[in-house]
Amino acid sequence: MALEDRAAAGVTREEGTLGHQRIAFAVMVALFVLAPFVVYPVFLMKALCFALFACAFNLLIGFGGLLSFGHAMFLGTAGYVCAHAAKVWGFNPEFAILFGIVASALLGIVTGLLAIRRQGIYFAMITLALAQMIFFFCMQAPFTGGEDGIQAVPRGKLFGVIDLSNVMVMYFFVLAVFLAGFLLIYRIIHSPFGQVLKAIRENEPRAISLGYRTDQYKLLAFVLSATLAGMAGATKALVFQLASLTDVHWTMSGEVVLMTLLGGLGTVFGPVVARSSLSRWRTISRGWGSGSRSSRARSSWRASSPSAAASSAKWGTG
Amino acid sequence: MDTIFGIPTQALFGQLLIGLINGSFYALLSLGLAVIFGLLNIINFTHGAQYMMGAFCAWFLLTKLGISYWWSLVLVPVIVGLVGMLIERAMLKQLYKLDHLYGLLLTFGLALIIQGLFRHEFGSSGLPYEIPPALSGGQNLGFMFLPNYRAWVIAASIVVCFATWFVIERTKLGSYLRAATENPALVQAFGINVPRMITLTYGFGVGLAGLAGVMAAPIYQVNPLMGADLIIVVFAVVVIGGMGSIMGSIVTGFALGVIEGLTKVFYPEASNTVIFIIMAIVLMIRPAGLFGTQR
Repeated sequence: MALEDRAAAGVTREEGTLGHQRIAFAVMVALFVLAPFVVYPVFLMKALCFALFACAFNLLIGFGGLLSFGHAMFLGTAGYVCAHAAKVWGFNPEFAILFGIVASALLGIVTGLLAIRRQGIYFAMITLALAQMIFFFCMQAPFTGGEDGIQAVPRGKLFGVIDLSNVMVMYFFVLAVFLAGFLLIYRIIHSPFGQVLKAIRENEPRAISLGYRTDQYKLLAFVLSATLAGMAGATKALVFQLASLTDVHWTMSGEVVLMTLLGGLGTVFGPVVARSSLSRWRTISRGWGSGSRSSRARSSWRASSPSAAASSAKWGTG
Repeated sequence: MDTIFGIPTQALFGQLLIGLINGSFYALLSLGLAVIFGLLNIINFTHGAQYMMGAFCAWFLLTKLGISYWWSLVLVPVIVGLVGMLIERAMLKQLYKLDHLYGLLLTFGLALIIQGLFRHEFGSSGLPYEIPPALSGGQNLGFMFLPNYRAWVIAASIVVCFATWFVIERTKLGSYLRAATENPALVQAFGINVPRMITLTYGFGVGLAGLAGVMAAPIYQVNPLMGADLIIVVFAVVVIGGMGSIMGSIVTGFALGVIEGLTKVFYPEASNTVIFIIMAIVLMIRPAGLFGTQR
């Protein structure tokens, strides 16, 4: 695993030329294809879902320059909607995920319209407050199951044929979703649209004077980011067969900010590396607690892993 | 029993009182945030953690050192403020030249670390703190029962809020402060030590959070997470009131506390979200906040 880190971290730095990125992408795909034969696949799926989440977030901050402190609302909402569609309505997994994505995209449009009215720090606080609103909604709405969340979500059969209850099959499905999202983000960043976004990030007044309607660009970036975050959330709900309040809580929003900062703002591979290494670190640090320390220390070790602090013990799941 | 709009007066006034209590804490905390934001241009995400530190500090002083509530009211804000100044000197200072967002991120990280450390030490079950004997009991006002301690909290926070407003808006010291908010370089050129003023201001804002923590200790349980969710509501209060506006944060703090209390009576399902809904509406009508001016 250390090798994977080093390889991926190496290419992050050299990013920029197309050739290098192709190689990096090939290496990443190869590693992720081989990884489940070495590492526990459920853990890898978790890493993939969060990596997609971090990439979606990075699209907004790294390329749009907008720091959203409420991205958990998209992750969580899509998770709930997908879980509800799969469990209660009996949707096929692909439709359940699609449904979750649509839900988070709609939410993105509504919240985006509100939030892009302000910039910088205000934008962060507004998204944070809106996310908190969604959190309370999810806690109280009848279909979300309150503090229990939606449990035992069936993974179902993909396209009605492929049974996803097999871990390996599920893994490659998640990998496909992740790669689709990743390539979409890559495409967006390198499109004219992405270039305009960068221009807005660097100098908004100048972009306006060049005739770009920056608000529309920012809104579209926000909605795209929300949609992709929803993709991660919906997939995650199927992987763990669970949609819970942890994914909507504001600490999750904070966590993805930290992830993206750790990987490097505005890089394509950064969030992936950071996300996979951090979930690994967190899993390891949990192991420390159960082994050598007393039982009192064990519960608090989880707390001292900052990202898990407020949410994990409070809402039951980590 | 008397009713107003079909609601028993007992319940109505009870919720109004709770609303006022919450409003007192919203006002104290958002005031500190506003003061800090005004001068430092930093959104202090650690505010909730510092409020929690205040409560823990009071608990520690009482149970380990036997220092009473009244002394805590003085000592705790000083201690928490000093810790805050240390943080400002050591870390925040490096960030003034960068985008405001970095301040937000640093204080966010600090808040997580502080909360994590306190949970490591004290667990998350919460510790009891006795109401000081002088303030136990209550008054029967005829239409409702008013516990003395709660009346004291409301009165004290109103006094503190308006004293702060007076100092900042009506005294010479306050005028330096406001001038430094407008143009730090010029104020420094007049021979005023702006960096020290910034440090003291941060200490003061954080001290207010500590004070709120002491006052909250007997009402809410002393819990490492007590500030975690509160801070988000306070952020919304600050956005509604207008960032950096002193009077705005005091008035909206109390007003939103009361509105939240009333929502609990008339439509309980929305009581948690009402503040955020108001925030969304305010943002649509007056993006700079009710009392703010567009910068």
